[in-house]
Amino acid sequence: MTSALGTVASLAARAGGSVVRQVLSVLEHGSGAGAVSAPASGWLVVSINREPTEIDATSLPAPLAAYGDRIQTRIRPAADGKGTELAVRLTQRSGNASGPARLLGSDPQGDLRSALRKAKQLIEVGEVLAVDPAPHGRRSATPAGAALEAVAKRAPKGGVL
Amino acid sequence: MKAVTWRGVNEIGVEDVPEPKILNDHDIILEVGLSVTCGSDLHLLGGYIPAMRAGDVLGHEFMGTVAEVGKGVTKHRVGDRVVVVSFIGCGQCWYCENELWSLCDNGNPNPGITEALWGQSIGGCFGYSHAMGGWAGSHARYIRVPYADQGAFPIPDGVSDERALFASDAAPTGWTGAHQAEVKAGDVVAVWGAGGVGQMAARKAMLMGAERVVVIDRFDNRLEQVRTHIGAETLDYEQVDVPAELREMSGGRGPDVCIEAVGMEAHSPGPQYLYDQVKQQLRLQSDRPTALREAIYACRKGGTVFALGVFGGLVDKFPMGAVMNKALTLRGAQQHGHRYVPEILDLMSRDEVKTEHLATHVMPLDQGPRGYEMFKNKEDGCVRAVFRPGG
Repeated sequence: MTSALGTVASLAARAGGSVVRQVLSVLEHGSGAGAVSAPASGWLVVSINREPTEIDATSLPAPLAAYGDRIQTRIRPAADGKGTELAVRLTQRSGNASGPARLLGSDPQGDLRSALRKAKQLIEVGEVLAVDPAPHGRRSATPAGAALEAVAKRAPKGGVL
Repeated sequence: MKAVTWRGVNEIGVEDVPEPKILNDHDIILEVGLSVTCGSDLHLLGGYIPAMRAGDVLGHEFMGTVAEVGKGVTKHRVGDRVVVVSFIGCGQCWYCENELWSLCDNGNPNPGITEALWGQSIGGCFGYSHAMGGWAGSHARYIRVPYADQGAFPIPDGVSDERALFASDAAPTGWTGAHQAEVKAGDVVAVWGAGGVGQMAARKAMLMGAERVVVIDRFDNRLEQVRTHIGAETLDYEQVDVPAELREMSGGRGPDVCIEAVGMEAHSPGPQYLYDQVKQQLRLQSDRPTALREAIYACRKGGTVFALGVFGGLVDKFPMGAVMNKALTLRGAQQHGHRYVPEILDLMSRDEVKTEHLATHVMPLDQGPRGYEMFKNKEDGCVRAVFRPGG
């Protein structure tokens, strides 16, 4: 890289926060190719690498069991030996939470998405993978860092599942 | 403990960080013996993969000694010498069971980020941003390894630390490229990039019976390594017209398999390099696909192009017409290392795969910033800077 281009590169790279903000925007507002979204039916679905006989709708892992009758569940074989499809949806649905509501922690659909992911891990692996506390050095208080922290905090609930 | 950390764009630090703890039953804590810089780290350093926070511990290619085991670990004991795959796979989901380990459903605790970027989440990776899980990296005295029964492999007696180290990432990534591109006996294979991954892709292609393997780069010392240690042919893209040379070397057809082992910061001597730089810096594209474009143009009709270098987002001027009209197979992957490491370690034990030459500069951890500077600028013929956390 030439020095002039390197300078430009550094400037632009510092603008990398814009990409973080873009991801945050996608996570929060549901725009873009990988937007936070759900089908009109409200079902969230994962395929679990287990036979249908190994998944008991009356004895789901704790993260889903805690919902009780607040969710509906649907279990059926996945095509082509890809395991079992486990689908859940809120019994009372009020649409996707707004961006500000999500930032304030009120996101029923996101909470259910996270619970479904945990249930899949518990069935397949027997544990929910924890990453924190991960060793790290001094965190700088920057806007880009704050934005990324918000993205990471939201990430277990976000996505297109 | 000391650790090499990302402090910001083009800023590397050495800091005191807390030691890791076992958090899941299938974890081990590894005392890191050797941990090496990787070309893909430079994308983090340059800010091209922006999901890094100041203080994040870098490093994803490493080996060491088991220091502590979780109660669910069955294959490892304290004191075992192991090499660890850089990608984190659970071994239980459909993707892991089908040997597509880097696509693990469960190895990334932050799936929302990559689902937003790519439509699906893939597995996690040590020291490779919060998009890939936020896992602490290996440039430290200790590292926590989740799913250790799946991702850690005992190193055979007689295989040195310096050789086994590259069974963590460079070799299995190269193996992934050649194997997933389905190199066949008699094929002509071209590999863009003579770094560790490119060299290993070339070696695997040769082991798979390729008749002719050609590696393309511009650095004399790396091309010399290819000729001396891998046994493949080389082309210097600053000296020759690469597609023309490849046509001649393949009877006018073009290579059967083209493996791009360069990634999002590709360089070229032509005007398209300036074009791609400007577009990338203006954020009109996130990645520079210069080598990938050339691979697509050079590939024979009906051949396979494999994107093995790391790309993060969007590219411009992608020759889709060539892909479609030449009936190319276009594939890509991060490494499915769990599938290949046993074979690689076996070959290493029989001297059929050698990697020590990649470790051109070995230094203590506190020289991390200098190591990355040398590695980035290719100073003193640096191919890989290797850190020894034990001093």
